[in-house]
Amino acid sequence: MKQSKVGPWIAIIIGTLYFVVPLIATFEFSLRMRRGEYSFDSYAIVLADPRFQESFLYSTFQSLATIIVGVLLVVPTAYWIQLRLPRLRGIVEFLTLLPLVIPAICLVFGYLRLYNSSSWLPMTGNDTATSVLLMFSYVALSLPYMYRAVDTGMRAIDVRTLTEAAESLGAKWPTILFFVIFPNVRVAILSGAFLTFAIVIGEFTMASLLDRPAFGPYLQLIGANRAYEPPALAIMAFMITWACMGFIQLFGRGARGAAIGTV
Amino acid sequence: MAFLEINNLRKSFGANRVVENFDLAVERGEFISFLGPSGCGKTTTLRMVAGFETPTSGSIRIDGQDVVGLHPSQRKVGMVFQSYALFPNMTVAQNVAFGLKVAKRPSAEIGTRVEEMLKLIKLPALGGRYPYQLSGGQQQRVALARALAIKPRVLLLDEPLSALDAKIRVSLREEIRAVQRQLGITTIYVTHDQEEALSMSDRIVVMNEGRVDQIGTPFEIYNRPRTRFVASFVGTLNILKAKILDPVSGRIAIDDQDVRASRGIPDGRAGDIRTVALRPEAVSLENRVSDRNHLRGVIEEVSFLGSVVRIRVQFNGSSISLDTFNNPGLPPPERGAPVTVSFAPEDLLVLEGTEAA
Amino acid sequence: MAQQSGIAVHQPAATRSGLSQVTWAIIGVAPFFLFALLFLILPTGFLFVGSFQDADGNFTLINIANLFQPLILKAYWTSIKVSVISAVLGALVGFFLAYAAVMGGLPRWLRPMVMTFSGVASNFAGVPLAFAFLATLGPTGLVTAFFIEYFDFSIYRAGFRVVSTWGLILAYLYFQIPLMVLILAPALDGLKREWREASAILGASSWQYWRYVALPVLWPSLLGATILLFANAFGAIATAYALTGSLLNLVTIQLYAQIRGDVLHDQNLGYALAFGMIFITGLSNGAYIWLRSRSDRWLR
Repeated sequence: MKQSKVGPWIAIIIGTLYFVVPLIATFEFSLRMRRGEYSFDSYAIVLADPRFQESFLYSTFQSLATIIVGVLLVVPTAYWIQLRLPRLRGIVEFLTLLPLVIPAICLVFGYLRLYNSSSWLPMTGNDTATSVLLMFSYVALSLPYMYRAVDTGMRAIDVRTLTEAAESLGAKWPTILFFVIFPNVRVAILSGAFLTFAIVIGEFTMASLLDRPAFGPYLQLIGANRAYEPPALAIMAFMITWACMGFIQLFGRGARGAAIGTV
Repeated sequence: MAFLEINNLRKSFGANRVVENFDLAVERGEFISFLGPSGCGKTTTLRMVAGFETPTSGSIRIDGQDVVGLHPSQRKVGMVFQSYALFPNMTVAQNVAFGLKVAKRPSAEIGTRVEEMLKLIKLPALGGRYPYQLSGGQQQRVALARALAIKPRVLLLDEPLSALDAKIRVSLREEIRAVQRQLGITTIYVTHDQEEALSMSDRIVVMNEGRVDQIGTPFEIYNRPRTRFVASFVGTLNILKAKILDPVSGRIAIDDQDVRASRGIPDGRAGDIRTVALRPEAVSLENRVSDRNHLRGVIEEVSFLGSVVRIRVQFNGSSISLDTFNNPGLPPPERGAPVTVSFAPEDLLVLEGTEAA
Repeated sequence: MAQQSGIAVHQPAATRSGLSQVTWAIIGVAPFFLFALLFLILPTGFLFVGSFQDADGNFTLINIANLFQPLILKAYWTSIKVSVISAVLGALVGFFLAYAAVMGGLPRWLRPMVMTFSGVASNFAGVPLAFAFLATLGPTGLVTAFFIEYFDFSIYRAGFRVVSTWGLILAYLYFQIPLMVLILAPALDGLKREWREASAILGASSWQYWRYVALPVLWPSLLGATILLFANAFGAIATAYALTGSLLNLVTIQLYAQIRGDVLHDQNLGYALAFGMIFITGLSNGAYIWLRSRSDRWLR
């Protein structure tokens, strides 16, 4: 059955134009720093900016912490739900979808009022505590993707049988969890990890309201004050996101699409 | 001129020849099966008749009209798919009515026709149900009704029973055949199940690797298979290697024991190794009739299958399976016992193609 | 019998330490539930309760009533307008793109490329996206200059501003369209090829197929995805903050200012504002789930 391909091609061409032109425009703009000729000056300035390095490092560190805490929360939970508590699956999945429903700004609003210095669980008293709070915020943001990636990975490996096999060979649950389950969901974890990194690096709202020196607020600051560095940063951010997605594809399916909390 | 004529049909995907030299003339009202293993080209051929694939070369004529250039929606052909393909958003009645609705028939006519069709497939009360509320067998019957509602010239069925349970398959195939007979509609039925093909068809087209191996009635296909493939694909068969001793009289040797075929082997020479085939039901333990062939061997295995006892007899290098009916008064023979089996020369099938020694 | 063979009968109920396996499992999931409590449920509950309290902690509905003052109503209205438009446009364009990639009969490698790019673009939001659109459609942007140079047409002279509602909508499309593509591609996959073939062999044209079969089957997914896009845009702030700053009166921008410095001079009104947001996004997601379950039932 032959179908006309004109329509589809037009859609693809228009789509390509809409998505690629801004990237080209941004790149071109970022090269305009030196008057009269194209150069990478703006990139050089950005990379040499100590605030860039600081904030990028801070956000990278945050994302690593987020990933670790996220994995430690998600993997055992997905494991026990699959193995022994199937009736709790519904409520756990509901909880993991809450960060997609509740806008990030509302969540951080709640944190600020609930955990400020005069509350029952003070977390904003000093910088470190606030950073910890920010990390937990990030864990909440990345929870839907991390959980879905790990849960899918676990469903694919028949956790029950692996556990019984390990038990019959004499292993206790810490051993099982760390030496049998974790390695087999490594790929799923990696997927979730890269998505978490992309989310955290670009995140603005929570970091700015909690007043932490993350990459997002730094981007915003540069955008307000400089002309050619912002596009350079935008291109770099895009490259990082592309790299993360590339790694996720490389390591298989799992997390899909939008980091809704960063918009 | 036949109602459906397929001439020299060929289909290649790139360098891959999927269907080659397909020729078939189907009379009006005939039920033809395309039988063969997966990948033999039967579905591709059917889809070419439907219009979903374009032939690389060759022609297809329905009632004299060349349809190769026509879009599927213009061919007035009905099709039943393996996965039923009922539209999930429509009720049974709406599904059956669909072809008539797009042809913009008046709604009174549509209503009557749908009722007629539902009665035909014996589901008159299910018009208001949705496909997800029906069993697989019911869905397939609705699919049949939907295809027939538009009074197509030819009915095509693509492995319609493969997705169903064994019991339903048997009852549904009888129903399909009954409906086809009642309407007298020319039908092509694709299947890999030889029992289906044998029990339903007027003629069978046996296909293998894109080529037609044999076209014939079920009786012909089963009892006079032309090639080794047809013989082994249709029914169970004992396959043996035999050496030609005398091609004129048809004397051959199986495992150094002389036997006789019922005819000479015109294209063979003494010393050639040929494949011969024997149906299990043709072999018996009965030894008294003298102009049957005899083979001496040892009983290797006895399987009591209830009404049938399957005995495996071992000769020097080959073995034969034979089936006998269970006889309560006579216990089955012992394993390891020597035995002589016999068969009529007419039942020995000498197959085409000389084998290597 | 198990006893005869000498193999001990497996007792699944108790481990050596005496705790049942289910108890161990509950201990195992406790950290997650604690986290969810502390960082998902309590904060939301706090906002919910706070929006029904006055400054002294008494129950009141006045905050909800105060939401209907002109400034805040306008904020909700603008947010809804931007979200609806970007959702509908994103859904339309996203549908055609997804259709082209999945069922357009185009070269095989096109689909994975579109999907990967959609994954990237749907994450490329916030501050960098704002920069990108400034560089494209800003007063000195590439496309602006292109139109001036080659068509002698200044979009700014014609009244366009990238720092405006429409500029923001255009920027939002950059992640709305990919999100639509990502959500819709699996739904389009669910359109079985046999339905199209069955419809064709029954005499239907392409248009009739779409009208009677494909769109009816797809509409829950289409509508559900559009609603998700709406909720996505409604809760968005970073792009708006970076592109239009406080120029546009959006709910998220208002809330941001309120959190930073209590510009409303009424703490509890802030909670009500947040609660109103959660109410709208919650309703949207609920509608999406309901639509999904409907279509899942059909397509079993």
